[in-house]
Amino acid sequence: MSVPLHHPGYDEDRVQLLMEKLPCRETQIGTLLALMGEPEQYCYPSIFIYGHRATGKSHVTQGLLRELELPHAVVSCVECVSAGILFEQVLLAFFGSSSTDSLPRNPFLSDFVRIYRQLCGQFPATQTRYIVLDKAELLRDMDANLLPGFLRLQELVEDNLTVILLSEIVWDKFRPNTGCYEPLLLHFPNYSKVELQQILAWDTHPSYSPELYSSYINILLGVFFSVCRDLRELRHLAALNFQKFCEPLEAGEAKEKDSHKLWRNIEPHLKKAMQTVYLRDVCSVQWEEAQSEEREVADLKGFSVHDHVELPYYSKYLLIAAYLASYNPARTDRRFFLKHHGKIKKTNFLKKHEKTSNHLLGPKPFPLDRLLAIFYSVVDSRVAPTASVFAQISSLVTLQLLTLMSHDDQLDAPKYKCAISSLVTLQLLTLMSHDDQLDAPKYKCAVSLDFIRAISRTVGFDILRYLYDFL
Amino acid sequence: MTTSSISKGCFVFKPSVPTRKKKKTLDAEDYFVNGSDDCKDSKLRFRICLDLWEDMKSETESVQDDLNKKILDSLLEFAKKSASSFMSREEDWASRMRASEIPVAALVLGVNLTDHNMTFQSLSDRLQHSVTPFVVSVQAKECAAVKYLLQKVLQRLTGVSMDKDEEETSTDLPQKSAHCFLRSLCDWYKTACKNSSGISPGKKRSFSQMDFSANPPIIVILKDLEAFSAHVLHAFILICSQYTQQLPLLFIFGIATSLSTVQRMLPHSVTSMLSIKLFQASSCTKHLATVIDKLVLTPKFPFKPSGKVLQVLVGLFLYHDFSVHNFIKGLQFCLLEHFHSQPLSVLCCKKQEAVVRTQQLSHQEMEKIRQLPSFMRFVEEQEPQEQVELLTSDEHLKELCQKLLKGLHRYHKNFFPILRCLHVLTSTLPKYPLGKQIRELHVTCLERNVWETEEYESAVQLLRILARDELLTALQKCVEILLPGKTKELRDALKQLQDLKDRLEQLDAYAHPLALDRHVEGRADDCFSENGLQKKTDLFQLQKTLLQMKDSRRTKERSPFELLRNETIEYIHSLVKMHLTRPESQPLYEVCYCTSSGTLRHHLNATPRTSLQMALTHPYCYLQNEALRNETGAISSAAPDICIVYKLHLECGRLINLYDWLEAYSTVVIAAEGEDPDPSEKENVDEIRHACFIRAVSELEFLGFVKSTKQKTDHVARLTWGGC
Ligand SMILES: Nc1ncnc2c1ncn2[C@@H]1O[C@H](COP(=O)(O)OP(=O)(O)OP(=O)(O)O)[C@@H](O)[C@H]1O
Ligand SMILES: [Mg+2]
Repeated sequence: MSVPLHHPGYDEDRVQLLMEKLPCRETQIGTLLALMGEPEQYCYPSIFIYGHRATGKSHVTQGLLRELELPHAVVSCVECVSAGILFEQVLLAFFGSSSTDSLPRNPFLSDFVRIYRQLCGQFPATQTRYIVLDKAELLRDMDANLLPGFLRLQELVEDNLTVILLSEIVWDKFRPNTGCYEPLLLHFPNYSKVELQQILAWDTHPSYSPELYSSYINILLGVFFSVCRDLRELRHLAALNFQKFCEPLEAGEAKEKDSHKLWRNIEPHLKKAMQTVYLRDVCSVQWEEAQSEEREVADLKGFSVHDHVELPYYSKYLLIAAYLASYNPARTDRRFFLKHHGKIKKTNFLKKHEKTSNHLLGPKPFPLDRLLAIFYSVVDSRVAPTASVFAQISSLVTLQLLTLMSHDDQLDAPKYKCAISSLVTLQLLTLMSHDDQLDAPKYKCAVSLDFIRAISRTVGFDILRYLYDFL
Repeated sequence: MTTSSISKGCFVFKPSVPTRKKKKTLDAEDYFVNGSDDCKDSKLRFRICLDLWEDMKSETESVQDDLNKKILDSLLEFAKKSASSFMSREEDWASRMRASEIPVAALVLGVNLTDHNMTFQSLSDRLQHSVTPFVVSVQAKECAAVKYLLQKVLQRLTGVSMDKDEEETSTDLPQKSAHCFLRSLCDWYKTACKNSSGISPGKKRSFSQMDFSANPPIIVILKDLEAFSAHVLHAFILICSQYTQQLPLLFIFGIATSLSTVQRMLPHSVTSMLSIKLFQASSCTKHLATVIDKLVLTPKFPFKPSGKVLQVLVGLFLYHDFSVHNFIKGLQFCLLEHFHSQPLSVLCCKKQEAVVRTQQLSHQEMEKIRQLPSFMRFVEEQEPQEQVELLTSDEHLKELCQKLLKGLHRYHKNFFPILRCLHVLTSTLPKYPLGKQIRELHVTCLERNVWETEEYESAVQLLRILARDELLTALQKCVEILLPGKTKELRDALKQLQDLKDRLEQLDAYAHPLALDRHVEGRADDCFSENGLQKKTDLFQLQKTLLQMKDSRRTKERSPFELLRNETIEYIHSLVKMHLTRPESQPLYEVCYCTSSGTLRHHLNATPRTSLQMALTHPYCYLQNEALRNETGAISSAAPDICIVYKLHLECGRLINLYDWLEAYSTVVIAAEGEDPDPSEKENVDEIRHACFIRAVSELEFLGFVKSTKQKTDHVARLTWGGC
């Protein structure tokens, strides 16, 4: 690592402390400080920092600004359900609580700029002010002028101000097609295994030596590094399993130096954790409890065991019917569900290219009529078309076992309709029944084959016999 | 109206209060009384009905509480633990390491969505009582966007849980920065905690009186997780996870299907912010069984649903909604229906009251009793002399009625324990000849005399080959069931069964038990393995083998155990024959039994489409207008326009030409009006007719029978088929 550069205008000791507190990010901190220049000097208007999840973007930026006591406002864009909240938080951080009074109810960027200029006339900046916009990718979904506006906010408000955007997504995906002011880009690379080891070893347990914890982290990374490099997740796993690691020590069966013994104890346990906790098949609380109660983790039941759903009788059949409607081509219904379907030639019926592909393509939407028609032919008793049957369909939708296709999903309606109407005006397409069909509700079955097979087994219905793909 | 003023002026007279009271809105009682002939009587019935319902309701509530007690308790424990972990994050390494995670209790409740509200209500009450005052529940339909979800959480926390003096201080906080929800929540939380710890105990405040910890957790209950949009949930968790340092948040997810929904809805990166613990509630079928057990299978309540009624209710439950709540509502409906339509239900109450009320019955009511089918049957069995007396003398009848009512109560007191005994004995038999659930056996017993059924026959045969220990355990359970019985019959039965049981046990003591056991069990096993219970065999075959065995055994000499077993079975059989007679055979059973299963089905399982078609094809059914009455099915021109239009459209294909339709309609209507002499008026009439037609068509469109189409000009598309 290069010798830390001298950063004029900042307290040497503080910078040194900062580097220690944020290990493995010395280069990035150095670059940032260099970009920022001295506190009184103007800085580049906008800086865009990107890097994968948990690469320390938020942590480093905020730590830096906080430790060096620079005036700054940190806003997470997830929380900003409207632009007003964003403006408000910025104003609050810079000018105190009375500053937001003059903000109108639904402010535009122009309102914000106006008020900011007023206030900064009263309280001019002595040092560069920083606005940190975390999860900046969400800015793209807000008002179209917001992102370009923030990129050149320095110019708009005529203040010593810099906007730092943090995101997991590269800048290319941000650039609006109208073009905008280009920010400076700064990349936070993923941590390497060594770096992860160094950072994770930082959280040593007070009752054990740092070396012990470090060796524990080493083992942990040995197991998990190939599947997971997320610092947060790794830290979570480390916390979860450390108790088990220390068990032989507590019991007096091993010394801190018996690293092999410790490894033998923890390794299978970690492997098991990888299959369960990491895949979310067992929740962490259960995992912890199983450990503390000295129960064998091996007989922890995963969620996949609990994964069966009890349904009322007709709901089961409705779901089966929905599944059939989703995965069978509509033209085959006659063959499957009509008692006397007459002569439908087998060769005719089975089209080669359709074979086995339906399940790969995923469920297809179907209208209510078809669902009910299939339902009535598969359910073995006569069912009156009562209100409760219909109510069950809607409750299946609430349970997310069926999906009700809204028109947008269905065909991306506005675009689709627009495309159609333009084709019609161009007389390339004569408008057929599409328009009529559009306003009938359509459904899709949202359950897996295994799930539906389990369901049909409980009612003694052999679903594979009715599935086109399995014929 | 006069004024005592001597000056001229304007006086305002407010309408005096009594005049307004006159048009009071009808309450339940008025509706109940309405339409029945005897007002005083139905008022009484209404009161009895309400009292009875109160009792039944409190019973269901206690069932509900018991049922979820265990799971709710462990949930409370979890909440307390995570709160204490929040407190100890300074000292405790593990807590600190996991500080950024939000604890989540995933409460899997089953698909009966309507029942969940009760559970959540009692859950949040308990939480508020013992863990924290800060509990909010939100529903998906209130939260279409993250904004609303945050708003709801903030509003309910700051607004509801605080007293007035608190509100004053807290209202200006969110007012000012009402936008940034969680930051204002943090501020609010800080002040709320400070206030609560510094407050004097003398002040009347719900929240400081109980000693919550210094930082009580904020619990957010998402009642129906599945219905939330994944996007909203995702954002909400992200936002909340940024405040885990300041706020001890805890989520409770109400899940209807299974926990994998959480995984499906949320990406891996989000679930890593949660530490989820699963709580699985007991299944709704179990819940139903307890409710039936407490409400129906007990002599405690005089009101009884008949077999058909129970079948309708249970059918609705099993086939349609799995909702215990709806089941209870259905039962309540039966109760109301029974008291409403059966005048003699005044006698459907506790024994003493019923006896007293019999004395007060009027002559009319006595006549009604005489017309009861069950009573007529009873009378026919009496001596001619007695018959005359019963039919003429009210006094005599009253006396008899009292006796009969007492008999009915006694019948119920014996019925249910014996029913349970029979169930205990037969519920372990292979293939459950009499049903696995007691409710199935109960329905059989209500419908006919159970011992006359084939199923009972085969059950008894299976009982006859029961192994000793099985028989013993079953007998033990029977003894326990009969133990609290108070009637003489039950005490006798208890004594007998106890005796039989003792003898069975003693057999063990002095007969060579091993040989005996092997002998018996070997035989039973033979039979079962031969038939292959695992294999699919029909009942018929099983019976055949049993019969063969019986024959072969007859030739052999029987062991003492076999003799004793036969004696036991015979005794049980005699008990069944004595006490499990079907209720219809009891005189006056109509007083207690609600038999209107048709009405019930009609009301609880409505068929909107059929009724609609009925109304359109046979308007007489609903309008009760004599002119509309015709059996031929021809279009009556007197029918409402929509009916005529509907009838005509049934004859069309998929697309209906509007002009032809109008023509046909006019023809029908003109035929009704007869000749139309005045040509000047003709135009006018035509226009009216046209308008009527358009209106009728748009009504049909509203009902979903036709819809406009662009496929062909001046056509509408038909949406239904068949159904003339
Ligand atoms: N260099 C580091 N030294 C110490 N801890 C670190 C370092 N980098 C990251 N961390 C820790 O990792 C966690 C995640 O980091 P951070 O929140 O900064 O990630 P991020 O890049 O902002 O991720 P996201 O894109 O998800 O917001 C933080 O809690 C922080 O404590
Ligand atoms: Mg971040």
